[in-house]
Amino acid sequence: MRRYAPALVCALCAFLLPPLLAATKTAYLLTQLTMSAYYVLASLGLCALMGYAGQISLGQAGFFAIGAYASSFLSTLNLTKLAASPIVRLLDLTGLLSRGSDLYGAPLLSLSPWLAFLAAILLAAAIAALIGTPVLRLKGHYLAMATLGFGLVIERIVRGSKILGGADGLSNVPPFTILPGLAVAGGRSARAANFAIAWIVLALGLLALVNLVSSRAGRALRALHDGEEAAGAMGVDTARYKLNVFIIGAVYAAIAGALLTHYNGSIGPGEANVMKSVRYVAIVAVGGMANLTGTLVAGLALNFLSLRGVFGRFDDAVFGLILIAVMLFAEDGQRLLRSSLGALTAARGRAGRRKGPQA
Amino acid sequence: MRGQLFLQYLFSGLIYGSIYAVVAIGFNIIYNATGIINFAQGEFVMLGSMIASALSGRMPLALAIAAAVVLTTAAGVAVERLFLRRVARGGVLKMIVTTIGLSIVIREAALMAWGEGVRTLPFFSGNEVSSLTLLGAHFSPQILWIVGITALIVAGLTLFFRLTMAGKAMRGCSANREGASLCGIDPRRMVTLAFGMSAGIGALGGCVVAPLTQTHYAIGAGLAIKGFTVAAFGGLGNSVAAVFAGLLIGMLESFSIILVPEAYKDVVTICVLLILLFAKPSGLFGSKAASSLKEY
Repeated sequence: MRRYAPALVCALCAFLLPPLLAATKTAYLLTQLTMSAYYVLASLGLCALMGYAGQISLGQAGFFAIGAYASSFLSTLNLTKLAASPIVRLLDLTGLLSRGSDLYGAPLLSLSPWLAFLAAILLAAAIAALIGTPVLRLKGHYLAMATLGFGLVIERIVRGSKILGGADGLSNVPPFTILPGLAVAGGRSARAANFAIAWIVLALGLLALVNLVSSRAGRALRALHDGEEAAGAMGVDTARYKLNVFIIGAVYAAIAGALLTHYNGSIGPGEANVMKSVRYVAIVAVGGMANLTGTLVAGLALNFLSLRGVFGRFDDAVFGLILIAVMLFAEDGQRLLRSSLGALTAARGRAGRRKGPQA
Repeated sequence: MRGQLFLQYLFSGLIYGSIYAVVAIGFNIIYNATGIINFAQGEFVMLGSMIASALSGRMPLALAIAAAVVLTTAAGVAVERLFLRRVARGGVLKMIVTTIGLSIVIREAALMAWGEGVRTLPFFSGNEVSSLTLLGAHFSPQILWIVGITALIVAGLTLFFRLTMAGKAMRGCSANREGASLCGIDPRRMVTLAFGMSAGIGALGGCVVAPLTQTHYAIGAGLAIKGFTVAAFGGLGNSVAAVFAGLLIGMLESFSIILVPEAYKDVVTICVLLILLFAKPSGLFGSKAASSLKEY
């Protein structure tokens, strides 16, 4: 039961934090906490891939952007001119289109965000499956470079494509109505509800990964991390496990990207930047690599501080320094922490024994 | 006119190909000495050209470039001594992440120091408008400097590794670290030397192309991935092959403009890298026998 505690805390926060923050007149923080939750979701996916399976990926922002761009492109695509075509009419009849009007009152006919959302996730999973097979045959530096190259290609494509808005990105992304009366959308009135949506999604995502890593599959991933050959010798289908966890990581990033885009109402090529991928890696590293709770806490803290602008113009530099510091000192730090904790419990134990006979 | 355009693309490919080759050589030197890929390699090129451009107003150009090379070499040595040496035993993942962190810190430091502006260096001979003519195409004399200095770097390195004691010691280390240390070579000093050399060479390359390509605090990441493409294309560790691969990739990139929009220029190179890594990670010139012993 203990391993579900972090997910449970997230779910409780989803309902308890909004009134608490409203009472302390800091409800404006909910916006950054909502965005942080989505970024953390992408980091959790990377944690499974990098922390547990030991496969570095510098392309997580690429999958985030695929989800974000696919979902916003499809849900802003105006089909009015194609309204007569049989496919569009079929979609309309099955209720998969949504109607609206643009700023000037002209009619808009576009795909329902649900359809766009599912298509975005399928696209990310398909791309991950396609490139995953050859990429995951590589190890170490080659794997890092190949995923970095993938991330750069996605970034250049979204920045260079006119239909994706080029350097400006896509805006006027419509709200995503998950259930009647509950929509992923920006705006003050929807703030508390969206915070709840984001943190519930985060809690569910965490729950699924906790289950994954403590199952047979999770043990296979850890075995893979420690030694691929040994894992293979024990009967682990290493290629399949690596590919599956790669796809899971991509889907997490795509879900996060799509939801954040509907929340913000826009997406720009900056989200596909390699620096974003490095941030996801930094968060997993700070969290202690194979540690979902650590990734959750580190991700929420760092993203929240970064979004609040606490680091100012040192924003990127802070993440670089964190990476170096974690690599240089994390082991010593952990040892120190463990030994001081050990000393503490030992001291308490001694104290308890001393107290024992007296009582 | 078409022929002239062809030559212009050729020269552009030559310029970029040379700088990619220089970055690739930097990768190779460090790879040979340590077996790691330094993701901060592109930042050395950036540092060299930015330092030279900052100093060039205050002193003669040659002196500014020399100072830039010396300072960047010092930075390379510092990177190895202060950071990489400490994580050397932690495995590949740790070293990759450390060099990525370092590249970000160096880049951000350059942003703080010199701002976002695009900078340039004065031309080594003549100025922006002076040109030589070959077969009807005009080109800057700087191109001769680029080709000449790249050739000098490669020749110098070849001689260094063949003839000098330090060069032989470095080769010994890359062939067999333990064997080399039994012969009285300190592998750690060789690693430091490799980082210093690779930083210095990167800085020099950055200074030579800066008058034509200009420089900017953020050029490092792009150069690193293309330099790696070139290094992998030629087979990691092989510097002569890197020059040919560099020119090939440079040409491919400059001629790709005929077929694809300029915005996708980088995509072409990176796709070459991805295809290469998927199909033949030992590189075009890498031998099959040697590659079967390595892990990719």
